[in-house]
Amino acid sequence: MLILTIYIVIFISAYVLVTMIGKHRHHQIHGFTERKTVTFGDESTVTPNRSASVISVVSLFLIWGAFTGSKLTPIHMPGPFIGDTSFTYTAENAQKQTDEGRVYVRVFKVGTEADKPELPEQTDVGFVRDDSAKVGAWRSVLIKPQRNDEGGKDKSYRVIMVDGQVISPKKKVEVADGVVSMTPKGSLSFTPSKGLQMEPIWLPAPEAVMERLIEIASQGYQNVTLADNIGWSLYRVLIGFLLGSLVGIPLGYAMGLNNWFRGWFDPIVEFMRPIPPLALIPLVIIWFGIWETGKISLLFLAALWIMTIAARAGVSGVNITKVHAAYSLGASKLQLMIHVIIPNSLPEIFTGARVAMGVCWGTVVAAELVAAEKGAGKMIIAASKFQQTDIVIMGIILIGIIGYGIDILMRLAEKYLVPWKGKS
Amino acid sequence: MTIHLASQPSSLLIDNISMNFDLPDGQTVEALKNVSIEIKEGEIMSVLGPSGCGKTTLLNIIAGFLAPTEGSVVLNGEHVTEPGPERGMVFQRGALFEWMSVRKNIGFGPAMKNTPRHQINERVDHLLETVGLQDFGEKAVYELSGGMQQRVALARCLANDPDVILMDEPLGALDALTREKMQGLVLELWKETGKTVILITHSVEEALLLGERLLVLAPRPGRIHKEYQLPFADMGVDADLRVVRKTPEFCQKRDEILAMIWEMEEEIMGRKE
Repeated sequence: MLILTIYIVIFISAYVLVTMIGKHRHHQIHGFTERKTVTFGDESTVTPNRSASVISVVSLFLIWGAFTGSKLTPIHMPGPFIGDTSFTYTAENAQKQTDEGRVYVRVFKVGTEADKPELPEQTDVGFVRDDSAKVGAWRSVLIKPQRNDEGGKDKSYRVIMVDGQVISPKKKVEVADGVVSMTPKGSLSFTPSKGLQMEPIWLPAPEAVMERLIEIASQGYQNVTLADNIGWSLYRVLIGFLLGSLVGIPLGYAMGLNNWFRGWFDPIVEFMRPIPPLALIPLVIIWFGIWETGKISLLFLAALWIMTIAARAGVSGVNITKVHAAYSLGASKLQLMIHVIIPNSLPEIFTGARVAMGVCWGTVVAAELVAAEKGAGKMIIAASKFQQTDIVIMGIILIGIIGYGIDILMRLAEKYLVPWKGKS
Repeated sequence: MTIHLASQPSSLLIDNISMNFDLPDGQTVEALKNVSIEIKEGEIMSVLGPSGCGKTTLLNIIAGFLAPTEGSVVLNGEHVTEPGPERGMVFQRGALFEWMSVRKNIGFGPAMKNTPRHQINERVDHLLETVGLQDFGEKAVYELSGGMQQRVALARCLANDPDVILMDEPLGALDALTREKMQGLVLELWKETGKTVILITHSVEEALLLGERLLVLAPRPGRIHKEYQLPFADMGVDADLRVVRKTPEFCQKRDEILAMIWEMEEEIMGRKE
């Protein structure tokens, strides 16, 4: 909730700020678009505001850093309490006498060594003895004050107040640097204040992820290098996609050109199309096992229907006058296929290929989550089992970047190979 | 500017054609009924009529894209059953191949016949010059303006050296100025190549200017309503088309035909109400 609020505040204030800077700068009208008076509703005048994009990415990193206590960001949310603290408690013994004691707690960073704090010399002569405990940040510790108190083993002994506030089982009391709650059995549980930062096990700081990336890129993870992991995922996607295209494109053409093929495969394609490839994982594992055959079969199926439908749409998208023109110029059926139908369907096929590559990339990661020896998905699922959240986050970022990269490459290839797209 | 393309004498006979088709609601449409035309070799004939009179259907039957319910089309003694290179088509738009350069588009027909490359190149060079696109051979067709694209379409059709050129509103999508220029080009090409041309148009002026012979079709059922022999195409070869347009004979014919088409259109409207 807090993060969302901060995010919205940044969004609005950045907008106001950028707009104000834009107004103050001497602004000249350059393009034709800027001369348009109707802009709301005219999609062609909506271009991404680049300063918004930059601020958006930077603010995401700032929020990430601020909530993880990163060294890279100037502003931090208050972190967890670290250091020595104490609180008092009041106990009542069997004789209805009360006495006050103090609990000394040392809060340390998880992963570092710490001893329990030493107790000061006791001057009080009551039945209550002071206690000491240690606890890691973001954790809690169970304190049994009755253990060293005189008469603490009596049934009617109980702690009645903490820091002067009444406490009873299942109730909580706020103390200086944390919260004390009472268990149903009457022991105390101390949780030091957590602050607003996330624990690294939930969300590591950006630099920790970066360090992991460098470490794993150079040394690998569980004896598999990063390049190997990602290479294997890409290899599977490529093989699955190529096999899917090899079968799907000719099938799509046949469905676009022949009644029998159209009739025969229409129900199959229309049935298979809405089934998400992930839903096929269990069946594919049963049929083909969990290793390469299974994964490549799954990716093949993921790409197959998309490519079939793209090729079919490419054929049906051919303008009939082009077909008529080709026949009138003396083309045979084969020549029509090679010189008109195939080139005319290429834009559709490229669109399909972009979708298929995206789906395959998503599917391969999911399939590797289920079972794999190597692969991007395998790396993050293995890391998650050891609660190595930094590796998980690093993996997710890499998967995102690679998926985006694949799409950019496909778009470049499309621009180069089918420059006539959308220009008929 | 001369074109040396070997051309065989051709005669085109449209023999008592009828074309009916059933609508989904069970009605039968008589798109054409008992249409017979004999077209002389080297003749340019324009076909005019209100919408729905079956003029495009007629052209599609001659081209071989549609089989008539009755009757037949005979070209050089052979029945037309399917599209073929001896009947070239020029469409209104969208018939060029965007994935080919202008050159490749023009050379498409000869390439389909496995004509040697140097012969294709020679012919394409020549045609590029004929239609005034000598500097645009390597361009992609989508980089050209609408008028230029239709020049390419004309050149592509001529490259195949067809006996008959069928034009389905070839200038319909062009602006008025470009259209005027292209009308001149069509006449010029017709005169130089001596091809038989059948041209379908919406525009009365275009039909008058480009038709030695003018066929006015009437709708429902589609049939020949009136036929004219006109001098304007021959006049236009030598004179400025704008001058031809202003002659009293031209104006008189134009008004006569316009009135006729208006009458037919109103009759359709009346029947609908």
